Amino acid sequence: MASLKDLRSRIASVKSTRKITSAMKMVAASKLRRAQDAAEAARPYAERMGTMLGRLATAVGSNEGAPKLLAGTGKDDVHLLVVFTADRGLCGGFNASIVKAARAKALALKGEGKTVKIICVGRKGSDALKREFGDNIVARYTGIEGKKGIDFSSATEVADKVLALYDEGEFDVCTIFYNKFVSAISQVATAQQLIPFAGEEVDEQEEATGSSAVYEYEPSEEAILADLLPRNVGVQIFGAMLESSASEHGARMSAMDNATRNAGDMIDRLSIEYNRSRQAQITNELIEIISGAEAL
Amino acid sequence: MTDTTVLELVSPSALLKSEPVEMVVVPGTDGNFGVLPKHSPMISTIRPGVIDIYAGGKVSERIFVAGGVAEVNPERCTILAEEAVPVADLKADEAQARLEAAEADIKTAETAHDKANAERALDIARAQIQALTN
Repeated sequence: MASLKDLRSRIASVKSTRKITSAMKMVAASKLRRAQDAAEAARPYAERMGTMLGRLATAVGSNEGAPKLLAGTGKDDVHLLVVFTADRGLCGGFNASIVKAARAKALALKGEGKTVKIICVGRKGSDALKREFGDNIVARYTGIEGKKGIDFSSATEVADKVLALYDEGEFDVCTIFYNKFVSAISQVATAQQLIPFAGEEVDEQEEATGSSAVYEYEPSEEAILADLLPRNVGVQIFGAMLESSASEHGARMSAMDNATRNAGDMIDRLSIEYNRSRQAQITNELIEIISGAEAL
Repeated sequence: MTDTTVLELVSPSALLKSEPVEMVVVPGTDGNFGVLPKHSPMISTIRPGVIDIYAGGKVSERIFVAGGVAEVNPERCTILAEEAVPVADLKADEAQARLEAAEADIKTAETAHDKANAERALDIARAQIQALTN
């Protein structure tokens, strides 16, 4: 049985842990708000980019001259996985769920005899994957999220790397793995194919209403597409980074909220135990005194 | 009331502008083009340069863009810009520094990809300086 002194220090330490977790929760909540705003602000660009590309892709179709980013390399041998995780832990199952999804995919691809290459964005992902897939990791990026949130230039950096690898014929298919932000308590691990471009088909209704009238293209469909597709890669990666960061803060917030609550429960339990044993000790002393007096 | 078309200027991190304008001149890759209301639909890429927004027959606002695409249809003109800054906020010394950095990058670039990037940065810097001088 723990002594009173042990219990006292135990309670003190749990109390200070609770202070830390509740502070972290507060920090995560404010960062979440900012990350959510950023994710929302970035949406119009991605949406318009998407509709424009969809329109162009339908116009160009799968002609001979279609850019490689749209048509693919015609092979399916080498897969590149871009895995977005956080740099830091203490955010519940956030990192684990994305790593799990990526590992399952990598193993499945390996099982089919395909080559897998991995780019890790965020320290936790590369830490978790390097033991099993150390030789497959081709690049790592950390410290994506600066003081002011995520900058588009960091997305460009990753996109440049991906495009450079593609130009050199290092891979055929690129898939990105990130946590899609649903709400502060729910994030969904998502896999999205980035290269070759898999756009949503232009809505047929929209087509019928004539809003996609015949467009003129300047310089030409192919030239615009060749310009737009690499840019789209950057935009998609940027979007994934923003979603992932909003998810990270959301996950951390709910994890820290749970931790704070658990610490509270633990303090209650320990306090009861402490009071009980203190009372037991007093009773014991009394019994000793009384029985001593009676013995005289 | 004069006819207007809706100008939407979107950068990757935000919707910068969405407002009715009388006319806007966009620096297309194949030359500048003006967009008036009821313009026929077109899509064009943009070279680094300045977007001029007209109000009352005069230039009311000048915005520098570092490239992107423009989609024009009879009701609106949507510009997806990689980087957009009002010309008034451009700094001559920063543009100059960018130019020098880009020139240095071209010299040290090893792969074709790096070189293309550096050349693009050089074009942007040159266009910025040009935007400042007139």
